[in-house]
Amino acid sequence: MAEPAPAPPHESAWLHVAGAAPYIDDLPERADCLHAAIAQASVAHGRLTKIDIAPALALPGVVAVMLAKDVPGINDCAPIVAGDPILAVDEIVYAGQAVAAVAATSLDAARRAASRIKIAIEPMPAIVTVDRALAVGSFLTPSQTMTKGDAADGLARAPRRLEGTLRLGGQDHFYLEGQVAMALPREGGDMLVLSSTQHPTEIQHLVAKALGRGFKDVVCEVRRMGGGFGGKETQAAQTACIAALLAWKTGRAVKLRLDRDVDMTLTGKRHDFRIDWQIGFDDAGRISAWSVDLAARGGCSVDLTDPVVDRAMFHADNAYYLEHARIAGHRCRTHTVSNTAFRGFGGPQGMCAIEYAIDEVARALGKDALDVRLANLYGHGSRDVTPYHQRIKDNILPELMRALETSSDYRNRRRAIAAWNAAHPWLKKGLALTPAKFGISFTNTFLNQAGALVHVYTDGTVQVSHGGTEMGQGLNTKIAQVVASAFALDFDRVKVTATVTDKVPNTSATAASAGTDLNGKAAADAADKIKRRLIAFGAEHFKVPPDRIRFTAQGIEVGTRRLTFAELVGQAYMARVQLWDSGFYATPEIHFDRERQRGNPFYYFAYGAACSEALIDVLTGESRILRADLLHDVGNSINPAIDLGQIEGGYIQGLGWLTAEELWWDPAGRLRTHAPSTYKIPTARDLPEDFRVAFWPEANHADTIHRSKAVGEPPLMLAISAWLAIKDAVAATAEHRLSPQLDAPATPERVLLAIEDLKRRAKLPAEARS
Amino acid sequence: MTITVNLTVNGQKVTRQVEARTLLVQLLREHLDLTGTHVGCDTSQCGACVVQVDGVSAKACTLLAAQCEGANVLTIEGLAKDGKLHPMQEAFREHHGLQCGFCTPGMVMSALDIVRRHPSPDEATIRKELEGNLCRCTGYHNIVKAVAAGAKAMRG
Ligand code: FES
Ligand code: FES
Repeated sequence: MAEPAPAPPHESAWLHVAGAAPYIDDLPERADCLHAAIAQASVAHGRLTKIDIAPALALPGVVAVMLAKDVPGINDCAPIVAGDPILAVDEIVYAGQAVAAVAATSLDAARRAASRIKIAIEPMPAIVTVDRALAVGSFLTPSQTMTKGDAADGLARAPRRLEGTLRLGGQDHFYLEGQVAMALPREGGDMLVLSSTQHPTEIQHLVAKALGRGFKDVVCEVRRMGGGFGGKETQAAQTACIAALLAWKTGRAVKLRLDRDVDMTLTGKRHDFRIDWQIGFDDAGRISAWSVDLAARGGCSVDLTDPVVDRAMFHADNAYYLEHARIAGHRCRTHTVSNTAFRGFGGPQGMCAIEYAIDEVARALGKDALDVRLANLYGHGSRDVTPYHQRIKDNILPELMRALETSSDYRNRRRAIAAWNAAHPWLKKGLALTPAKFGISFTNTFLNQAGALVHVYTDGTVQVSHGGTEMGQGLNTKIAQVVASAFALDFDRVKVTATVTDKVPNTSATAASAGTDLNGKAAADAADKIKRRLIAFGAEHFKVPPDRIRFTAQGIEVGTRRLTFAELVGQAYMARVQLWDSGFYATPEIHFDRERQRGNPFYYFAYGAACSEALIDVLTGESRILRADLLHDVGNSINPAIDLGQIEGGYIQGLGWLTAEELWWDPAGRLRTHAPSTYKIPTARDLPEDFRVAFWPEANHADTIHRSKAVGEPPLMLAISAWLAIKDAVAATAEHRLSPQLDAPATPERVLLAIEDLKRRAKLPAEARS
Repeated sequence: MTITVNLTVNGQKVTRQVEARTLLVQLLREHLDLTGTHVGCDTSQCGACVVQVDGVSAKACTLLAAQCEGANVLTIEGLAKDGKLHPMQEAFREHHGLQCGFCTPGMVMSALDIVRRHPSPDEATIRKELEGNLCRCTGYHNIVKAVAAGAKAMRG
């Protein structure tokens, strides 16, 4: 294989900085284009008794109003299990649910009309929180339990035990480009849908079903998204379906762009969790038993909650060998927005559980948490079986963590911080170094497939289409690099097209960090087929053995001759050689038996670790990250600049989730933080003052594209170190004699409450303090 | 009520009849097809819509077009000259100061305003000054580097 060319910048970088890279809302509108808006329910649970659309229809510019009863096909945009009506039928199951949609000649008219639709709802009792759902047994699907050994027995025998309850908040995706779609009717009632989606095939299917048509009648196209993060995996569907339904009803093009408040109240988010844990260990800090109940707020419908909680369960070991483990996952049904995929897909919540427990173990033993972590890591060749009975063969964490311990100067800084804290009563510092091990592959095995289409044109330029979507992660750049390197071409000779369902069909969502792994292999497969034909042609035409034909950066060597790529393909074309082909890839070696919770769900693991140093203000609870050292494993990086960006961006997004972003529902089940005025994502000021990011220099052990590793999700979990560094700083307010309870997000309010709680406990008699 | 607004946008004099409540961002995007100025929040929080009005940065989602009567407006599309990027644009491209790119036009326009006020900004200044521009993708690290590099290139 040819050497990959030096990494180019993002394929659209020039266009982006020039303001010339169009998103859907930037595209020219057809002359007949209408604008749409949604009318939402304001009650969390109730019976829909009346919808009065007359006041909306009376407004100038209003062309159509759509209700559930007007849907010609199936009124459901759920990905797997039905239960997500596009427009509410008779029961309202969350505040913010879409009830009606309006199309009008201007956006302003559409929004005014939507606000005038009168929706009468007879309220019913609402289950809002996980606690309530657990208490009344409200579940979306049956709970699952994964077992290895005998956790109850292991806990009973363990020399020491701890237990606790941890709460982790959800997270809004806050992609800068909100949900948007434009539907364009074509001849014979066919529909073209431009959607900002991570899953164009699913949009194609759901729009076709809603319209009562075949999949062949609908095309979905996505050129780029202004961010996705999982929020456009299933959540783009409703917007696309509503635009398509209104386009069907009016026979005109329709664009629907949600404004921020509608987007935040209508669409699902990261699952918040209640986690009840028990851990058994010895005086050296060695864990022998782990039992945990992971209960997620699934919201009003199944959506992706099943696989999200599965992934939480798969990651409740994080990086640690557990002789006895019982890991249970509960999918709570609540009258809130249906929670969904978000970068990490449950994995971060599972990891937080055990990282928090280990922090507690270390505090109980008076040990440095890093030493407890190192003592419990998976081994090489022994102590290497996970709670789902997959053997880990590519573990690099013992070496990686030791390397980070040294490069971050962990031990010296630990001492320096202790001295600093002793001298500063109103400011406290904390430090934590945590690992992340993230399983790569969709845990639903059938999703691990991809297709691509490569066209070599007679001028020697190449076009690639694949099933993945570009949301800023640089997938198209990497795919272009893969194809360019297959033919030893310059990067700018290769163009990756928009993702369109009529080019590559039956695709999986761009998710699970698997975009490059799957589509890169499929594109390489297609390029390889063409290359083999070119070599066969060249061998025959120039009368040289096939192994004397080489693709090099200087051109094609054919025996002693040298041709340009364009010359070779031009001659091949004249000899009637097929210059385009499709490629396909299915990840090998993976399987999982969900009934028994056993198998090999992951093709390989991506690893990383981070060391974060936090500073808190004891009087205000505010925190800052002073320094963060990240050491992350991307295998052989296809594009180091892009991978670095994923690591940095992932850490900061995780930092937002665990320290700042607070979704707050009132007791009636209405989300009260539904705009950036109250929902705070990180800004440039939240960047660690000293931010050091490095790659772990080792190729992927598994046979992936160019031996690279998936990088989209894993770095988010490096931010767990920041949250636990804040916990460490809080513990410093009580001279580390007591361990604070610090749920996430660790907002200033929570930090202050944790400090107050320590003060209260410090006054209690010793035996009542824990 | 419709009104007439006259202003200069990217060096071109324009006159448009618009509804009195038309926002500057609507004038740019819907009437002048300058869609490089994005809308991320509609409420003056995210900075995706930042442009320059008479040389000073402004959030175009929070200004009425009518308030810009007679003004000189510069948008992201007006920065590159004859197919050559402005040094600040080049710096964002070069330093990977973008991922999905949705925040990028606003970031570049805010960066120019930072340089106007602080010709040699240090990192701390850039971080502080960028607070009004949200980016959900990059984690800001490369954006800060790009602004510093762009400022340096602009000094020549
Ligand atoms: S759209 Fe203007 S600040 Fe967000
Ligand atoms: S690059 Fe996506 S929001 Fe900044």
